[in-house]
Amino acid sequence: MSFTQTRTLGARRHLLGLEDLSAAEINEVLETAIPCKEIIQREIKKLPTLRGRTVVTLFFEPSTRTRISFELAAKWLGADTVNVTVSTSSVQKGENFVDTARTIEALGADFIILRHSMAGAAHLLAEHVKCRVINAGDGAREHPTQALLDIFTLKEKCGRIQGLKVAIVGDISHSRVAMSNIYGLTKLGAKVMVVGPPTLIPKGLTELGVEVEYDLDRALSEVDVVNILRIQLERQQKGLFPSLREYSRLYGLNAERLSKARKDLIVMHPGPTNLGVEITEEAATDSRSVITTQVTNGVAVRMAIFYLLNGGRANDEFLS
Amino acid sequence: MSFCLKNGFLVDPAAGRFGKLDLIIEDGVVAQVGTDLDSTNCQVFDLEGLYVFPGLVDVHTHLREPGEEEKETIATGARAAAKGGFTSITAMPNTKPPADQSTVINYVLSKAKAEAIVHIYPVGNITKGGKGEEMAELGELAAAGAVAFSDDGASVMNAKTQRAAFEYGKLFDKVFLLHCEDANLARDGSMHEGTVSTRLGLKGIPALAEEIIVARDLQLAEATGARIHICHVSTKRSVELVREAKLRGVKVTAEATPHHLSLIDEDVVGFNTATKVNPPLRSRADREALRRGVMDGTIDLIATDHAPHTREEKLKEYPLAPCGMIGLETALGIILTEFYHTGLLDLPVIVELMSLRPARLLKISGGTLAPGTPADLIVVDPNLKWEVRAEDFASKSCNSPFIGKELTGKNLATMVDGCWVYFDLPSERAQA
Repeated sequence: MSFTQTRTLGARRHLLGLEDLSAAEINEVLETAIPCKEIIQREIKKLPTLRGRTVVTLFFEPSTRTRISFELAAKWLGADTVNVTVSTSSVQKGENFVDTARTIEALGADFIILRHSMAGAAHLLAEHVKCRVINAGDGAREHPTQALLDIFTLKEKCGRIQGLKVAIVGDISHSRVAMSNIYGLTKLGAKVMVVGPPTLIPKGLTELGVEVEYDLDRALSEVDVVNILRIQLERQQKGLFPSLREYSRLYGLNAERLSKARKDLIVMHPGPTNLGVEITEEAATDSRSVITTQVTNGVAVRMAIFYLLNGGRANDEFLS
Repeated sequence: MSFCLKNGFLVDPAAGRFGKLDLIIEDGVVAQVGTDLDSTNCQVFDLEGLYVFPGLVDVHTHLREPGEEEKETIATGARAAAKGGFTSITAMPNTKPPADQSTVINYVLSKAKAEAIVHIYPVGNITKGGKGEEMAELGELAAAGAVAFSDDGASVMNAKTQRAAFEYGKLFDKVFLLHCEDANLARDGSMHEGTVSTRLGLKGIPALAEEIIVARDLQLAEATGARIHICHVSTKRSVELVREAKLRGVKVTAEATPHHLSLIDEDVVGFNTATKVNPPLRSRADREALRRGVMDGTIDLIATDHAPHTREEKLKEYPLAPCGMIGLETALGIILTEFYHTGLLDLPVIVELMSLRPARLLKISGGTLAPGTPADLIVVDPNLKWEVRAEDFASKSCNSPFIGKELTGKNLATMVDGCWVYFDLPSERAQA
């Protein structure tokens, strides 16, 4: 099959989510990330692919790891990077988001990496700027690069995605990581189960082909992979579950639960972890945990995305 | 000046007229209706192939004045009404300051008299400041000219206050226009709660938020004997609750908006903030139930919930954008497209839904063109195809999700009290 027959990521201007990506486009990222990972393990990591390009990380929510991961990916590809962190308070003061975005574009950005607390913000940005937009998380909607790195890590570990059964555990209602993983995994033929208290499972998920389970122990006995989500304290304050202690007892991954689970289970967490709440330190560092591999792979996957959005093709020789 | 409207097809269900009939308009009233009328001394308009309806009446218009004149004014809202075919509209009380005192009612009426080209009927608040806590001076508001009471935009969450208002309100024989929404269940929501809200990552407003208050207010109305009207019904269960209550004899009427009858939650995909409205665009099943409610009479009338917002306010992240869309200039086209051209409703029923029953609800004139009634009428081409365009709105705002869509059926001319206030008929229609 020639490349002209398949739509590639480079034909898109933006990466807003996995919902509208094809399996072929997702696979293209996964394939491109393999040589990228090889590069970041070299002593000298710098490539000229994005030389002269400017990447702006525009973050309306605090996030260290995602921002650094994007920055390193851009830097190792030779881009100049600028980090803009906008406090939510300036949004509340009435600073207009579209105006801010236009300003950043006018300053010369070629890529804007957007993190925002509100769903649809990446779409709004893409509608009003000409430069390329990568969604680094918009509210509870999507976090496509996180899901791509999760899927890349799984493929690296298992050699396939097709047929895997993955449980996503925790606050599904407010999780963009869960949504992007659901789209990406199901498109590549995996089965997805979500696990959590009924108050944290959003409406209508089963219509997306997802299985809903409330019991973590039952889920653990059925799946190949468990992806544990961070639980945020504010959810408890909003009355969606009674206490962190009770949450931890019902949905926390700990050594006891892991001891009963299968030996080749894969444990993932998008970070940052609340150690002792949704996952214990012991479980996070268990031999079955791939949490730190996820972090490393995040840079490789983001390099691949930059490369493809910049017009590169999966089997080009840039990486050799 | 006297006019003779010749050869048009008159649709006047209240007077039992449906056919090719001429009208003579004299001194602002309908003087004669019939065939072969003497048109001496009249300016004659040949309306061959066109329809004459009583002017449309909207029981749910936000005019934003006083206080938010950047969105709309009484003058611009009235021009939008005239263009869309409405000859009488309300002025909902959630202005700044709100119409919780007679001074605001007086202000609206005096501005309307000076600047509005259609009839404006102010609605007064149920509670002070529209805050749902203390009853407003309903008697003062009624005396100043409020045609109804409403805290639209929110429910009176305190059932005790609502019950007291229903009981006390019996003194004035004004209908209560009720926005039904449980504030706790709906809080921070941006769209209908369901698969689409999950996909879009937007916080949902469950159908239950509306249904719980509809059920409560029907109980309160039944217990107190108050006359209530449920605004912008949007869910299947709400339709059922109203249907059941009517069978029990509760004095309830209900409205649906053109947007809830035509759009659904899927239309929010893409995050066009023009689709953000309260109550939110619901599921396909809700829309079907709403349509059935219109067809079986459970829903008594169509109301626009015309809610202008500026471009700047809508140019925001979806959760931050204000709720509401304009509707006066698209309502007739949407209803004709969705109900007449699909064969679901005949023109006389549409005139009942958009003119007669709204006028009767508020006990105001209009809704018929029987001889002796004010000449509030419109000339409609139900088959004209037109594209909704932002630059064509007479409203000060253009927050409409229908921009770019084609509608079939359009108002071409509007007469209020015997004067043309909107006229887009070809000049050859006017005979010397």
